[in-house]
Amino acid sequence: MHNKTIAEISRDLAAGEYSSVEITENLLSRIKQTDNRYNSFITVSEEQALAQAKAADARRAAGNADAWTGVPMAHKDIFCTNGVLTTCGSKMLSNFVAPYDATIVENFNNAGAVSLGKLNMDEFAMGSSNESSFFGAVKNPWDTDRVPGGSSGGSAAAVAAQLVPGATASDTGGSIRQPAAFCGLTGLKPTYGRVSRWGMIAYASSLDQAGTITRTAEDSAMMLNVMAGFDAKDSTCVDREVPDYTATLNNSIEGLTIGLPKEYFRSDLSAEMQQQVRNAIAEYEKMGARVKEVSLPNTHLAIPTYYIIAPAECSANLSRMDGVRFGYRCENPQDINDLYKRSRGEGFGIEVKRRIMVGAYALSAGFYDAYYKKAQQVRRLIKNDFVNAFNEVDIIMGPTTPTPAFKCGEKTADPVDMYLEDIFTIALNLAGLPGMSISCGQVNNLPVGLQLIGNYFDEGRLLNAAHKFQQSTDWHLKTPAGI
Amino acid sequence: MEWEVVIGLEIHAQLATKSKIFSGSSTAYGADANTQACAIDLGLPGVLPAFNEEALRMAVKFGLAIDAEIGLKSVFDRKNYFYPDSPKGYQTTQLHHPIVGIGHIDIELEDGSSKRINVTRAHLEEDAGKSVHEGFNGMSGIDLNRAGTPLIEIVSEPEMRNAKEAAAYFRKMHSIVTYLGICDGDLSQGSMRCDCNVSLRPKGQEEFGTRTEIKNVNSFRNVERAIDAEIARQMDILEDGGKIIQETRLYDADKNETRAMRSKEVANDYRYFPCPDLLPVIIDDNYVEAVRATLPELPDAKRARFAHAHGLSAIDAAVLAANRELAHYFETAAKIANDYKLAANWVQGDVSATLNRLEISIGEMAVSAEQLGRILQLIKDNTLNNGGAKEVFNALVEGKGDGSAESVDKLVDSLGLKQVSDSGAIEAIVAEVLAANPKLVEGYLATPEDKRAKAIGPFIGLVRKAAKGVNPQVVMDVLQKKLSEL
Repeated sequence: MHNKTIAEISRDLAAGEYSSVEITENLLSRIKQTDNRYNSFITVSEEQALAQAKAADARRAAGNADAWTGVPMAHKDIFCTNGVLTTCGSKMLSNFVAPYDATIVENFNNAGAVSLGKLNMDEFAMGSSNESSFFGAVKNPWDTDRVPGGSSGGSAAAVAAQLVPGATASDTGGSIRQPAAFCGLTGLKPTYGRVSRWGMIAYASSLDQAGTITRTAEDSAMMLNVMAGFDAKDSTCVDREVPDYTATLNNSIEGLTIGLPKEYFRSDLSAEMQQQVRNAIAEYEKMGARVKEVSLPNTHLAIPTYYIIAPAECSANLSRMDGVRFGYRCENPQDINDLYKRSRGEGFGIEVKRRIMVGAYALSAGFYDAYYKKAQQVRRLIKNDFVNAFNEVDIIMGPTTPTPAFKCGEKTADPVDMYLEDIFTIALNLAGLPGMSISCGQVNNLPVGLQLIGNYFDEGRLLNAAHKFQQSTDWHLKTPAGI
Repeated sequence: MEWEVVIGLEIHAQLATKSKIFSGSSTAYGADANTQACAIDLGLPGVLPAFNEEALRMAVKFGLAIDAEIGLKSVFDRKNYFYPDSPKGYQTTQLHHPIVGIGHIDIELEDGSSKRINVTRAHLEEDAGKSVHEGFNGMSGIDLNRAGTPLIEIVSEPEMRNAKEAAAYFRKMHSIVTYLGICDGDLSQGSMRCDCNVSLRPKGQEEFGTRTEIKNVNSFRNVERAIDAEIARQMDILEDGGKIIQETRLYDADKNETRAMRSKEVANDYRYFPCPDLLPVIIDDNYVEAVRATLPELPDAKRARFAHAHGLSAIDAAVLAANRELAHYFETAAKIANDYKLAANWVQGDVSATLNRLEISIGEMAVSAEQLGRILQLIKDNTLNNGGAKEVFNALVEGKGDGSAESVDKLVDSLGLKQVSDSGAIEAIVAEVLAANPKLVEGYLATPEDKRAKAIGPFIGLVRKAAKGVNPQVVMDVLQKKLSEL
């Protein structure tokens, strides 16, 4: 039963095919037997999961079951969970147990979902390969010599290895879409403000967005139904009605106008990658969609802009990890400055330190105007590119990543090369737009991702388009050898 | 050389909201350490701030009270620095777009004139917690109860020229924020404190001298003393040809001196940037006007009204208007008695003396404004003479009343203080007194005409002893008449 999707499990539980306790036990034992290959979990919360499963079965027996009652899933370790370790992939928080649930965790608990545990991630969500976790790198189930993508690599690997049918994830510059692409999955990053950030440990507050990694668009819709909505505890969360995202999945896409940004199909994208993406677009045309070239002329500025704004915000967001009140503290500090220096020096990994330093520099008095302020101005230009494009088209499509999953260690020595992995994903975060990645082909037996970019709060259209593609193709059903 | 003193003040006033500026924790003072600090105040991972709109309303109220520009778009910024009592590693404050822009207040100088001091800005920010250094065996403790308490920081232009002006400015701000009800004004609890920027320059010179900043001065008196001490220190250095170092200093009230705290030679780089967790605060004119409608009469307006409409002296009016509760007390009593001068005399006399003697505030006074009003009424209709009135007042201070105006009348009766003005009754008492003291009468008659006015004194005393509540004027008249008939 491990190979079922969320929707299938929901239907099976309703039909009494098996109980929540049965599927929960099945997945827990599968995690125990196989996750040493992938390292996708940091914490498996077995007792809590079984307790939740029992409660769900009781609820169903009492006739109070909903779509999510008893359905197993797991959370990226960036989301705080009351009473369960939340590490954010860092030594700094390797002993941190929050006394509260993130809003989305609370939402899933209230919906009756069963959480199997906490998934591995790049430290504080900084990385594109999941090699920066204090708890060790995560391996791609398609090829364990390769990375699963980052920073939601644990979420992607666990879903690809069929240890969970779906997982929460977060995306600051591509951290949902890129691992979904590398692992042949469906990843959804909603509009900034669509889902509460409360209880999600902040990396770059103005870019961070909680989302989902699943095998199908239908499952993404089911997850978003639970996650989306206003939360007074997050000032940036938007008070706007939440539609039923599953209700519009089967709408016709006849007449849908797809924009292809010419900047996303340049020669530095390999011919094989281009071919897979173009094949997918052709499939959409077969379904009645129209294609139009659009231009996003400031695309080349997205990465430099991101690498000013995200580090600037993270340099402040991570200041609270100071060894004073929670988390890691160095041994025998001599005085308060020594406590700060050594706790942070020993507690943070290299990539986190690198970004804190870049951010502190970009914000410093002499450089603020040249870097931070300028980056905010460019951010506006990037956003305007999309606003202009969406005046002409309904949806924008292109590759999710420039390459399929790369080898472990291949890019760790060159951070800038690693940063270029996010070249197609990062602009959406700067603009606050929703985006998805769905599997649309393979290169060298590795999955290739198609990115779908929507207008603000147009998640329903994205999910509809993704679902229709998955109804007429089977790329999303392909699984790694041996799974 | 003749020096000119340049003083600017930064006043921190805690806003009297029930909960903190970005969390639901209580702001009440004096609770056990860390019992009023939630996950947000502790800066735990994943938590987010949610802005308390009441703090916004209070800040706008303040802006309107000092006739300032209100920022229709204000932006919260992060000010980054590491300190153990700053839980997030940054303070959320406002830098480029404060809620209150340029405004002004008028202060009264000792010679009776007034001076306008401009306010550069006032911005919203969160207070820090506090470090506790005693009782932890060489370690330090941290109490975050105060962390996240809303503050407005009110920054003046450097327009004060001596310590008295600075103290008058601080006092006036105190009076305004307490009138508005946006700050409890309790200096001893740190509800209001100020940083004093002080520099000297040769008289006539345009550019400012190097300034020092005296941190966290927390009483009107200490503002004056600290600045005077700092002026004297700087003048000594400058007169000796030395240079002032720009630095932060502390005032030691016991030694009446300022001491260097930390050098500002290496300026802190706070790396300010707009807080991405909080949206810009956008308000419109309707909001501002709605807040304006809630403004109470402010000290200046009240002072002018007391002086012009009710004929009080400028000094009386200023003293009575300076404190909102005292002004209310005064006005309530004055209205009942329909006599502002009489009420002013009593409030500044017996009432103030009692407050000073018992070291209590007007709110804790046992004699209610209604009771004082009733006493004043009884003086005016000759039911009480001055001595009787004081006796009733003192009895009330000692708790012999229930706060009601009726209890004043009961006390007058039970203490037998009702003034006798009936000349027939007084004539009988006078006749008795004269008959009972023949020697005194003889002595009086032997006194030369021009000294008799003084010799009548003992008779008045005897008559009042025989009947307390007699009208002294009537007694005098009857005595003079009777004695002249002898």
